[in-house]
Amino acid sequence: MTETKTQRWTSVAQKSQIEPGTILGLKIEDRDIAVYIVDGAVYAAANICTHAHAYMSDGWLEGDILECPLHGGRFEAKTGRGMGAPIICDLKLYPVRVEGDDIQIDLS
Amino acid sequence: MRGRRRQWTDCGRGDGVSDDSIIIVGAGQAGGCAAAALRDAGYTGRITLIGKEVHFPYERPPLSKGVLSGDVALDTVFLRNSDWYESSRIEVRLGTGIADIDRGQKRVIAENGETFFYGKLLLTTGARARKLALPGSANSEIIYLRGIDDAFLLQDRLRPGRKVAIIGAGFIGLEIAATAIKLGCDVEIFAVAPGPLGRVMPDEIANILVRKHADNGVRFRFRATVSTVDRQGSRILLRLADGESTEADVVIAGIGAVPNDELASRAGLDVSNGIVVDEFGRTSDPAIFAAGDVTRHYNPLLKQQIRLEAWQNAQNQAIAVANVMVGGKLPFAEVPWLWSDQFDMNLQIAGHPADWDELVWRGEPEDKQSMIFQLMGGIPVGAIAINNARDMRFARQLIARAKAVEPRLLADKAYKLQQLCS
Repeated sequence: MTETKTQRWTSVAQKSQIEPGTILGLKIEDRDIAVYIVDGAVYAAANICTHAHAYMSDGWLEGDILECPLHGGRFEAKTGRGMGAPIICDLKLYPVRVEGDDIQIDLS
Repeated sequence: MRGRRRQWTDCGRGDGVSDDSIIIVGAGQAGGCAAAALRDAGYTGRITLIGKEVHFPYERPPLSKGVLSGDVALDTVFLRNSDWYESSRIEVRLGTGIADIDRGQKRVIAENGETFFYGKLLLTTGARARKLALPGSANSEIIYLRGIDDAFLLQDRLRPGRKVAIIGAGFIGLEIAATAIKLGCDVEIFAVAPGPLGRVMPDEIANILVRKHADNGVRFRFRATVSTVDRQGSRILLRLADGESTEADVVIAGIGAVPNDELASRAGLDVSNGIVVDEFGRTSDPAIFAAGDVTRHYNPLLKQQIRLEAWQNAQNQAIAVANVMVGGKLPFAEVPWLWSDQFDMNLQIAGHPADWDELVWRGEPEDKQSMIFQLMGGIPVGAIAINNARDMRFARQLIARAKAVEPRLLADKAYKLQQLCS
């Protein structure tokens, strides 16, 4: 994040709400967001697969791989990087900060 | 050493004859996926992708749904943007039909006379819409949906209030029906079959489909054979074999696909309602491979030759065969799987069973998310999911395992399918 960028942190969930290996799907200000934990760290990504309209939160988180339930498209959970066909666009990740049990994401 | 004149584009390689070039004939989804997979596999040799269509490789499923309705932008169907091919050193020749394969000289000859030499050849010529064999001008009145141009032609005709007659109650017919309803049309489906989807399908699922469509205003006439289709002034008249007739503004037919295997057949390759290949995509010629809709391929999980017209096959078989072409040892072995979106319903089908002796519902049929398993001798051979994409993954694994499963474990939603897969 650059210093000049205006940040807009928004509380979205409690860390204790999220079971390891699961993906929480949320709608925040009209945006579909997927929140999940990998190796103890919290991540937030766009919840709509970049291939077709499906919710990543209906899919799977296995280790550090997110898999879309519709056609099996996979992404690296920590970076959003697409991992091959049918994915050609990476999944957008949002900046996350955790204060205590409160998960906040930057919606700027 | 054969003295051969070659077609060169500037791809940074020196001049001269080379046997390591790969030609892909057919630039649809399979061809496009194969080209990408070759580069992903580390292949640095020459790749030429030749296709009859004028579009870069694209996926077809959205053409009967989001692209047809206008909800989805066309550019999302393309596998890659056009710059990617150039930067990946993949020579793409669109609007170029191949007329013959000269296996002796290892070259393909285009309809315009150009020749392209290959070290290895991949045929991904796909399939074309099957046409009704009706007399007179029928076929100039009937719209078939296969490619992008068909989709836009059709979209232009599907206006609110238009009366649409769809011949065929397979996936194409049903998906177009759902889209046409969405666009405000009046829709009636005519099918020779007694129910929807040509394949063998449990009655329960067929009934759910018909009900979903009927609830949205689609009318069905099953066991109805269309005998003539003629223009009558500003409308089109359909006559059925039983003597009834009806008028429509738009007539669409979705009655299956025919594999484009003529090129292979003319070249003397084994062909049988598709180019015959093994689980590695190999044809009867060691330098020629095939993948996608055009193949009749051996599936090691099902232990039979099958021809599939499905997205999964076009993508995954193409990737597997591309890898084999550059030295990979893995066969293409997946449980057939497809999906169809109709109205608010996502239908997914896994397996390819011709028969089953037991049906097991997971949960209740009326559940919003449901799944039915087809078993043979206690072994899951097929599964159909409605709005339940998530469980499909495990259903496919169960089918691939080919081991007997206690029906009550399949039936009980409290028992996770994932646990059965280990």
